[in-house]
Amino acid sequence: MENISKIQAFASKFKETNLAFTPTSIADAKNTLLHLDFPTTKTEFWKYTRLAKLAQLRLNQEKIRENEQVVAPLTDNGIVRITNGYITSFSKEIAGLTITPFSKCSEQQLSLIGKKADLKQNIFLALNTLYSQEGLFIEVEENAQIEGVFQLLFHAHGENCFAPFRVFIHVKKGSAFKLIQQFTASGEHLFSLPIVEYLVEENARISCDKLQMENASSFLLCEDYSIQKRNSTVLLNTFSISGAWVRNNSSFLIEGENCETNLNGAYLLKDLQHLDNHTIVDHIAPHCNSNELYKGILSGKSTGVFNGKVFVRPNAQKISAFQSNANVLLSDDASVNSKPELEIYANDVKCSHGSTTGQLDENAVFYLRARGLSEKSARSLITQAFIAEVVDKVEQKEVRDFIKNKLVELHDWTN
Amino acid sequence: MSNYTETDLEKDLQDQEYKYGFVTNIESDKIPVGLNEDIIRLISSKKEEPNWMLDYRLKAFAVWQTMTEPEWGHVHYEKPKFDEIAYYSAPKQSKKYESWEDVDPEMKATMKKLGISMEEQMRLTGVAVDFVMDSVSVATSFKSKLSELGIIFCSFSEAVKEHPELVQKYMGTVIPTSDNFYAALNSAVFTDGSFCYIPKGVRCPMELSTYFRINEGGTGQFERTLVIADEGAYVSYLEGCTAPQRDENQLHAAVVELIALENAEIKYSTVQNWYPGDKNGLGGIYNFVTKRGICERKSKISWTQVETGSAVTWKYPSCILKGDYSIGEFYSVAVTNNYQQADTGTKMIHLGKNTKSTIISKGISAGKSQNSYRGLVQIHKNAKNARNFSQCDSLLMGDTCGAHTFPYIECKNPSAKIEHEATTSKIGEDQLFYCKQRGLSEEKAISLIVNGYCKEVLNQLPMEFAVEAQKLLAISLEGSVG
Repeated sequence: MENISKIQAFASKFKETNLAFTPTSIADAKNTLLHLDFPTTKTEFWKYTRLAKLAQLRLNQEKIRENEQVVAPLTDNGIVRITNGYITSFSKEIAGLTITPFSKCSEQQLSLIGKKADLKQNIFLALNTLYSQEGLFIEVEENAQIEGVFQLLFHAHGENCFAPFRVFIHVKKGSAFKLIQQFTASGEHLFSLPIVEYLVEENARISCDKLQMENASSFLLCEDYSIQKRNSTVLLNTFSISGAWVRNNSSFLIEGENCETNLNGAYLLKDLQHLDNHTIVDHIAPHCNSNELYKGILSGKSTGVFNGKVFVRPNAQKISAFQSNANVLLSDDASVNSKPELEIYANDVKCSHGSTTGQLDENAVFYLRARGLSEKSARSLITQAFIAEVVDKVEQKEVRDFIKNKLVELHDWTN
Repeated sequence: MSNYTETDLEKDLQDQEYKYGFVTNIESDKIPVGLNEDIIRLISSKKEEPNWMLDYRLKAFAVWQTMTEPEWGHVHYEKPKFDEIAYYSAPKQSKKYESWEDVDPEMKATMKKLGISMEEQMRLTGVAVDFVMDSVSVATSFKSKLSELGIIFCSFSEAVKEHPELVQKYMGTVIPTSDNFYAALNSAVFTDGSFCYIPKGVRCPMELSTYFRINEGGTGQFERTLVIADEGAYVSYLEGCTAPQRDENQLHAAVVELIALENAEIKYSTVQNWYPGDKNGLGGIYNFVTKRGICERKSKISWTQVETGSAVTWKYPSCILKGDYSIGEFYSVAVTNNYQQADTGTKMIHLGKNTKSTIISKGISAGKSQNSYRGLVQIHKNAKNARNFSQCDSLLMGDTCGAHTFPYIECKNPSAKIEHEATTSKIGEDQLFYCKQRGLSEEKAISLIVNGYCKEVLNQLPMEFAVEAQKLLAISLEGSVG
C-alpha cells in the first residue's frame, strides 16, 4: 500500500460534501489535503498547540436527526440546533432575518462564502470546506434591528464523530444583530469544526458571544472570519468554560473606515485542559479602533495560549489598536504562553499591547480574610472579580448571568 | 530653521551619507575564497593553533553543513554566497609591535579618523583598547597594568596559545557550535576576537574596550569574544564598530559569550555603526550575531546596545539566568533609516529561583526601514519567584517605515510575575506643541523628544561611550538631534 499522509488517513472515512461554495473551492480543498499535513509545533502558527492526539483519532461523520441535545437554550428567541454538523431543529420565523440552509441558497449568496479565507494554507478550513454536509446562511435585512438574541446551539454527540459545519452571516447595511454560539458535547472522541464567516456592511453592527462548554474528551476548533465595511461595529466575546482541547482562530479584516472591532475572551482552565486563542486584526483602512482583552485563570495541569496579531497596513493612518492579555496561574503544573504581536506599517497610529502573568494578590486575600471571609471565599471572590471585567462586556444580562452561574458551579466558588 | 518639520527631517535623513566611509590601504594577507575543510585547516595553521582548536573548528563545520539558513526573521535580503567569501584577512605585518611607535602610521591615522587616537586614550581616558583591524589584534594597551591584577585581556588567538585551559573550559559552553546556523559558521571559521578573564574578587579598574572594524572588501569578519568574570569579579566591556563605505554586501557573524560566575557582574555595552547601505538600499553590512551570557548564583549580566548601522541586523543578546538570585538586563536603542532592516531583541531564560530580568527596548524607524523587536521571556518550572519587566517602544518617523513587536512570553511557574508592554506611535503632536509653545523650534523639539525617548537606555552606557552613542544618534538622525 502506498504511504498516505496523516491527514489523509485522518479523513479517510469522511464523506465528501455536495455543497460547493465556489467552483474552485472543492478542488482547492482537495489539493490542500493532498499537499499539506497536520502542522507540527515547528510551524509558528501551531507553536504551542499539539495536534498529535487529534491526528490519531479515526472519526466518522454520523448523521443524527433526533434532537439529542440536553442543553437548554438561554432565551426562546430564534434557535437553530446543529448536532454533529447536521441541522436538527430550525428556527421560527423572525422579522428581518432570513435563514437558509446552504442547499437552498442562491448562487449569488454562495459566491460570498470563503472569499477571504486562505484555503491553500489551512488544512482545517479545507476539511471544513470538503466535508461540511450542511451549512447555514443568515441574512439580516437592511436597516433591521433584530430584537433579542439569536442562538446557534452546536452539539457533538456519540463516539468518534467529526462535526464540521459552516455558517455565513450577512449583516446588511444599517442593521443590528445579536448572536450566541454555544458549543457542547456528549460522548467520547468528538471533533467539532465550526467555521463562521461574517460580512458586516456599512453602518451595521453585530455582537456575538461564544460559549465553549464541551467535555473532557472533545476537540473543538472554531474559526471566525470577519470582513467589516465602513462605519461598522463587531463585538466578539469568547468564553472557554470547559472542553479538553479548544483552539480559536479569529481573523478580522477591516476594509472600511471608521470601524470598531472589539474582541474579548475569558478562559478558566483546570485539569488537563488546553486552550489556544489566536487572533488577527488586520487594519487596511484608516480611522479605525480595535480593542482586545483576553484574561485567563489556569489551574491543574492546564495550558493556555494567547497569540494576538495586529496589522496596520501602509496608509491605514489614525488607527488606534490595543491588545491586552492577563493571566493568573494557580497551580505548579499550569503554564501559559503569551504572544501579543504588532506589525505596523503606518506612522500616525497609536498601537500598544500589554501582557502580564502572575498570581492572586496575597495582600488582597489578606484584606478580605481580615474582614472575616474564609480563605476559600476570599480567593474565589478575587478570581471572580478578575474574570468579571470580561464577563461584563457581554451585552445581554441573561447571558452574563448564565456564564457567572456556570463558572460558580464548575469551579466550586462560593457565591 | 524655525520651519523645520518632520517632513524636512525625513528628507535630511534620506540624504544623509555615511560619515565614516573610508578605506585604509594596508596590504592584506588574504586566503583564497571559498569554504571547505582545507580552508579551515589553512586558517588554523596560519594562526598557529593547537590541534584541539582545529578539531573544534572541523566539528563545527560538519554541524554547519547539516544546517540551513534561518528564515523566521522579519528581514528580507539576498543570502550571502558562502563559497564566495574569503574567510581570513589579516594585516600583513607578521612581526609583533614592540611599542606604539612601531605601529603602521596609516593605521594610526585610521584610528584617528575614528576618533580613538591611541595616545589620547592612553593618556586621558584610562581605557585599554584592543584594536582589531580586520581580524588580527594589532595593539593592546594597558596590558601590564591589568596583568598586575591578574586580569587577562588579549586577542582570542593569543588566549588560545597562552591560556588554553581557560579557553577550552569555557568556549562553547554558552553558545554550543550547533546553536544556530551563524554560530556554527563562526565556530568553524572565526579569525580573531577578544578574550577577557577577571580573576576572583577583582574589580576591573577601567573599561575594557575593543574596536572592531571591517576593512578588507569581500571578507566576512568572524569575531569571537569570550568574557569570563570569576567569582565576585566585576568588568565593564565596551564594543564599538564603524566600517568603511562599500557597495558589496559584507557578512559579519560574530559570537559573544559571557560567563558570570557566583557574585560576578558583567556589563557589556555595544555601539554598532556599520555601513548601512546607501539611501537606495544598496550595499551595507549583514550583521548576524549570536550573543549570550550565563549567570551563576547572585551574578548579573547587563547588555546595553545602541544599534544604528548595518543593512540587516539579526541579533538577540540573551541571558541564561541559571543561578538563584541572578539578574539579567537588556537595554537597547535601535535606529533604522532608509532601507535598513533590524530584527533584534533578547532572550531571558529563567532557570534559577528568585531570578530577575529587565528589558527596555527603544526602536526608531525612519525612511523605508523595518524595525522589529523579537524577545523571549521564558520562566522554567523551577524558577520560583521569577520576575520580569519588559517595555518595548517604537517611534515611527515617516509613513513608509515599519515597526513591529514579536514578544514570546512562556511561563511554567505560578509564582512568577511577568509584565510586558509595548507601544507604537509617532512623535506626539501634543508633545511637539508643548515644546514649541515654550519657545523651542520644531527641530529642537524633535531632538529633545528623541533624546528623552532614548535616555533610559543611554543612561546605562559608561561615560566614555555615552558621548559616542549620542554622536551616533545625532549622525543617524541628523537634523533632529543635536
